[in-house]
Amino acid sequence: MLVDLQGPWNPIFGRLGLLLEVHYNNPVLFFAFELSVVVGVILVFWATCARKWGYLWREWLTTVDHKKIGVMYILVGLVMLFRGFFDALMIRSQQAIAVGPDSPGMLGAAHGYLPPYHFDQVFTAHGMIMILVAATPILVGIMNIVVPLQIGARDMAYPYLNALGLWLTVVSAALVMIALFVGDFSHAGWVGLAPLTELPYSPGVGVDYWIWSIQIGSIGTTMGAINLIATIVKMRAPGMTWGRIPVFTWTSMASNIIALTSFPVLGVTLALLTFDRYLGTHFFTVGLGGDLMMYTNLFWIWGHPEVYFVVLPAFGMLSEIIPTFSEKPLFGYVTMVIASMAIAAVSWSVWLHHFFTMGAGPNVNAYFSIATMLVGIPTGVKVFNWAFTMYRARMRFDTPMMWAIGSIFLLISGGLTGMMLSVPAVNYIVHNSVFVIAHFHNMFLLIVYAAFGAVSYWFPKVFGFKLDERWGKWFFWFFTAGTLMVFIPMYTLGFMGMTRRLDYISHPAWQPLLTAEMIGIGLYAISIAMFVIQLAVSLRDREKNRVGADAWGTSRSLEWASHSPVPFYNFAVTPVVHARDEWAWRREHGLTSLRPDRYLDIHMPKNTAVPLILGLLSLAFGFAMVWRIWWLAAISVIGIIVVIIYRSFDKDTDYIIPAAEVEKMEKEFLERASKIEGDAPAAGGAAGGVYAAPQAPTKKHQGD
Amino acid sequence: MSSHAAESVDPRTAVLWDYEDHGHDPISTRTFGFWLYMLSDAMIFAALFAAYGVYVRNAAGGPTITDIVHPIYAMWETVVVLTSVFAYGLGMAALKRGNRSGVTTWLLVAFVLGLVFLGMEYKEFADLLAAGAIPQRSGFLSAYWTMVLTHGLHMVFGLLWMAIMLIQVAREGFTQNVVYRLLNLRLFWHFQAIIWVCVFTFVYLKGVL
Ligand code: HEM
Ligand SMILES: [Cu+2]
Repeated sequence: MLVDLQGPWNPIFGRLGLLLEVHYNNPVLFFAFELSVVVGVILVFWATCARKWGYLWREWLTTVDHKKIGVMYILVGLVMLFRGFFDALMIRSQQAIAVGPDSPGMLGAAHGYLPPYHFDQVFTAHGMIMILVAATPILVGIMNIVVPLQIGARDMAYPYLNALGLWLTVVSAALVMIALFVGDFSHAGWVGLAPLTELPYSPGVGVDYWIWSIQIGSIGTTMGAINLIATIVKMRAPGMTWGRIPVFTWTSMASNIIALTSFPVLGVTLALLTFDRYLGTHFFTVGLGGDLMMYTNLFWIWGHPEVYFVVLPAFGMLSEIIPTFSEKPLFGYVTMVIASMAIAAVSWSVWLHHFFTMGAGPNVNAYFSIATMLVGIPTGVKVFNWAFTMYRARMRFDTPMMWAIGSIFLLISGGLTGMMLSVPAVNYIVHNSVFVIAHFHNMFLLIVYAAFGAVSYWFPKVFGFKLDERWGKWFFWFFTAGTLMVFIPMYTLGFMGMTRRLDYISHPAWQPLLTAEMIGIGLYAISIAMFVIQLAVSLRDREKNRVGADAWGTSRSLEWASHSPVPFYNFAVTPVVHARDEWAWRREHGLTSLRPDRYLDIHMPKNTAVPLILGLLSLAFGFAMVWRIWWLAAISVIGIIVVIIYRSFDKDTDYIIPAAEVEKMEKEFLERASKIEGDAPAAGGAAGGVYAAPQAPTKKHQGD
Repeated sequence: MSSHAAESVDPRTAVLWDYEDHGHDPISTRTFGFWLYMLSDAMIFAALFAAYGVYVRNAAGGPTITDIVHPIYAMWETVVVLTSVFAYGLGMAALKRGNRSGVTTWLLVAFVLGLVFLGMEYKEFADLLAAGAIPQRSGFLSAYWTMVLTHGLHMVFGLLWMAIMLIQVAREGFTQNVVYRLLNLRLFWHFQAIIWVCVFTFVYLKGVL
């Protein structure tokens, strides 16, 4: 049944013999390799010397606490964001030097320093990483941390499933990283163009890495989606009616409905491609009944909803940050919720706009064109709502707010270029040009801006101290300068006719703009340094920057009614919800005391190593499938099934924290908090506004 | 919120914390989650059916759908699947009465009927193999094998799960964990029957038209 392979294979090592044919003489690769190894060794060394293994094992690797899982998601996302940035740096520098017939060739490349085969792997990895193992984990991580707190839940609906979702995402990232050193990565674009991904055209293991990495990670994402939806539906505190759920939670809900319904389609698409490559079936082959456009259809039936899966939580973050720093409730709550759901619904019916040029005919194109434009309506509603929230408000420009406002500008420009692309006549001209690349980077950067804003906004909630504002602002400005310097030239080049994915640029007239982009990416690099410094400075000054429950003084939703940092049981006693912006309501009525009259026993899930073990087995499975080491694949699958069954017999999965102990822990929290609470944020926003001090809500809000 | 700035709340009477232990009902939380999972599973089949609709014409000169389907044979398979679901349903009726041996008996019946179904399917595909109608022959056959066997694989997992539930019912009786798993398995088993009915209709019946 299995296909005949080119090249070596043996029953024990599978295709690992292919490694002998890989050329490891590329210094760029070596640099990446050394960087990873050095960082890895330093971390392991530090953990061993500081005797941190026990701590890591108990507090992080086996945890089922949604906040810690969220933090780990975000860490994975940030690390992969860095890796993806590195790829971007390589793409940009290649294109900046490989211009015209006289362009220099170095390191064995005819032009630039990357041979085409390597360049193609770089941009494929870049796209796949940024969307699936950078943006997605960061957003899922933030949802994980914030959603249960916003709805007053003590935990997620399925903490164990949550941990499993995390570890499968880590496996996805790990497979991409392994591909860097052990074999190749796909060279067929992050969308996996058929039939380029078929075995005859891609006989190596690169495409297999791409397939299994996405497949395993997306199972994790689907599990996370089930968990978040169930949490929102089933775990709300008393009084948290549908009309009071904070907007970020609403957008998480919309987003996860998209994930739950679209990721299975991706799974099917990749599985069919897998059958083609492993068993020799004819789904997407040329000839014998294969249909390559079918691949593109199926891929984008997932792909387009996926872009809304990542953009909706970003919209939710803006809807939390902007009211806080406008010191006003969000304008148009109900329309915001309807708009989120409408976007989720329409996102399912527009996928064909990714290939208007397929030649499906004017009727089909017109349908998908109009459907695409419809998305603009709810999106526009949102932009107006944020604008009206800021209108005549006391705006404050703390870092989260800077990111949020930057994000809105990016949304406007990206949305408008999207509208241009949704006109088939225009699309025929710019399809597959760097104009499209600029458009979707514009949209993804909006998400990155919102996510950075969200990280600095919710950071004090999770860690109990604020990030340094001064370095945060430097970070923001350098990042923004980079964005402008890279993407304005890119839009321009798109109009000038530059197509995407070029490893050699035949047209010397484009060089100045390409050089400008190179400067832009340099600015990005500086901004990363600023970010690292920001983290280091904040960590150093953490005692000085400690905050009380309401870190910003004007926050509105329920998560600010728990201590900062949030104890592992979230709320000592479940809060009762009275209003849409519960914390703002309590503040207005002078009810911000976090001391309930009495405490009760708390029921918590126990830590478990099972999700981690399942993750390791999945990693073994993915690796085995890539290299076609059948015995290892079989053992890992059996291992996975056995572990799941074994766990289902485990009855000892929960425990109780006695009320007395809760009281003791709460006392400590309150004592610690009382030392800083006096230290509320200094009064006076940029617009001369006054903070409502957390404990003394005397000031009436403008617009109330 | 402008609405409540006017009304004033007495801090001494405001109820801020909920001291009742509402204890989110684990069975309903778990079954709800399983419904969500079934939704994603439904999407898998939806994608496969859509693909099948495209590929059914792409026989590439090989056997076509009319050459390979036997609706009468498939009808007997349908009868077996539906009877198995019926047996499982009787098991659930026994669960309601707390009747342990009833549950065990009916689950066993459902299990055996599931095995019979898989046996029949095995024979069907062995015949196809012998006739050279292998998935590598054409896009149509690839889609046919994939769709029907994806359902078959679900049946295998269902049976594995049923076997485990037989053990757990015997060992633990009707604990909360066992009950929610039995309920979820019921959903899973019924869903596979529904999918089979779709396969029977769109592949086997429509195939001979
Ligand atoms: C008003 C909203 C939007 C409109 C009207 C729109 C329109 C379009 C159109 C028509 C294309 C196809 C261009 C072509 O290949 O010729 C496209 C591509 C793309 N868009 Fe958007 N879009 C919108 C929002 C978004 C969002 C929110 C994201 C991501 C978060 C996004 C990410 C992408 C990506 C990744 C591609 C290119 C994929 C590829 O071919 O590799 N777009 N957009
Ligand atoms: Cu799209």
